[in-house]
Amino acid sequence: MARTFTEAAIAGIGQTEFSKASGRSELQLAAECSLAACQDAGISPHDIDGMITFTIDNSDEVNLARCLGVKDLAYTTRIPGGGAAAAATIYQAMAMVNAGLCNNVLIWRAMNERSQYRFGQNPQAQQMSYQSGNGTGSLLWCVPYGAMTPASWGALQAQRYMHTYGVTNRDLGYISVQQRKYAANNPAAWFYGKPITLEDHQNSKWIQEPWLRMLDCCQESDGGVAILVTSLERARDLKQKPVRILGAAQSIPYNVEVISNYYHDDLTVMPEALGVAKRLWKQTGLRPSDMQAAMIYDAFTPHVLLQLEAFGFCKTGEAAEWVKSGGMAIDGELPVNTNGGLTGEAYIHGMNSMAEGVRQIRGTSPNQVQRVQNVLISSGMAGAILSKD
Amino acid sequence: MTAPTDPPAAPKPTRIAPIVTLDAKSFWEAADQEKFIGQKCGDCGKFTFPPRPMCPHCHSLNRQDVELSGKGTVHAWTIPRHPHPFGFRESPIVAVIQLAEGIRFVSNVVGVGYDEIEQDMEVEVCFEPTMNNHKVPVFRPVTK
Repeated sequence: MARTFTEAAIAGIGQTEFSKASGRSELQLAAECSLAACQDAGISPHDIDGMITFTIDNSDEVNLARCLGVKDLAYTTRIPGGGAAAAATIYQAMAMVNAGLCNNVLIWRAMNERSQYRFGQNPQAQQMSYQSGNGTGSLLWCVPYGAMTPASWGALQAQRYMHTYGVTNRDLGYISVQQRKYAANNPAAWFYGKPITLEDHQNSKWIQEPWLRMLDCCQESDGGVAILVTSLERARDLKQKPVRILGAAQSIPYNVEVISNYYHDDLTVMPEALGVAKRLWKQTGLRPSDMQAAMIYDAFTPHVLLQLEAFGFCKTGEAAEWVKSGGMAIDGELPVNTNGGLTGEAYIHGMNSMAEGVRQIRGTSPNQVQRVQNVLISSGMAGAILSKD
Repeated sequence: MTAPTDPPAAPKPTRIAPIVTLDAKSFWEAADQEKFIGQKCGDCGKFTFPPRPMCPHCHSLNRQDVELSGKGTVHAWTIPRHPHPFGFRESPIVAVIQLAEGIRFVSNVVGVGYDEIEQDMEVEVCFEPTMNNHKVPVFRPVTK
């Protein structure tokens, strides 16, 4: 295969049901969602030649390739940073296709993080050890101090921003209410048919007082999501309308790390998202007003605000007001997390919101935005712009 | 056997001991001796946290562990409520401390009520015991 520059596109998406107890192995979830993505695209799983997942995914490439009958794998890689780097999977797939190294790149993430282990709970002491490749360089420094859960690390990361701009927990409630409204209309969402009110949000228990309540936190979910990336040219001949990967980028500025991110200069901004935004706008020549929807990583609600500001959808410190005035609603300035996000649909580490970005471009979202040309995907440390062909 | 005249034993520490990596070993060993140390470059003199084998400014491997002032301010804080943090009888106040030396350190603020914690309040280091006979630096309000 000649190595000429090749435009990349998403040709297929696949997912399992999202639940709290899948009743099967993580490998099976991975195989099922991968097969679904291939079938959605109309390609044979045997022809997959690139595979990408997260460093923290428990399924082995070879085991998954054996399920799918992958004939000849040319490239495998994993991205660090957990969900905060979810979009880096698209970035790497794009680069592999661009470079002419692969034709059919499978991205997957599948987990039983509710039924098999509890992602959001205190870790068992014996489980805590340093693991490289997770992007959380200083996490161990938090544990003797009672900061043992993603919510505690996330609250500590967002607190100075909230304090500086006077963002209250009630303000965050508007994000939860909007996302649950989207989820209520999405049959795939765990909270399908279950919208909440601001009072429900304010009555939910404190997870991190006085910053995060239960309804500010993503779910713990079982499930899998896969995305199939190929060349734009090839995607045009496949089953679905191609979704162009117009641009994709990653950014890890100095002293930034995932979640235990307290060491960079200014804790009222998200330097990694600022870096991703800068690269994406430069790569594509587009700007915030060119986006018709955005899927923004929402493990915890305040991080949606920080990303909205980093990408320039609102001025610094103004995102809470923007949300309150309906900015992220279906008829707002920029519909955000129209699947219900990670709080409303499921927490498949951001992968499910990326699949929603694909649906918005295809015109198949349960909460379809009108006249979509470009969708921003941001997971904080990585992002992508998906576009209509 | 405990003699009837002995004072009641202090409750055993329940706080989890630090997880020690090789690059942070000297920090935690000093903490056991109630010393709060930081990494200072032996060549360019800049402070770095968390500890690491190489100075990111001048790439020197000449690493010096120096005692820090132990003074700082509360840069960010939260109170973990659910799930209740393992090893704590009551929810701690977890804080990012901005140290006088220009580096940050995650710790607890002790000796203040939940409604007394204030952004940027001045604090100073003290030590609390953990399981397995270790100690960790924590911070209390500066006594005026």
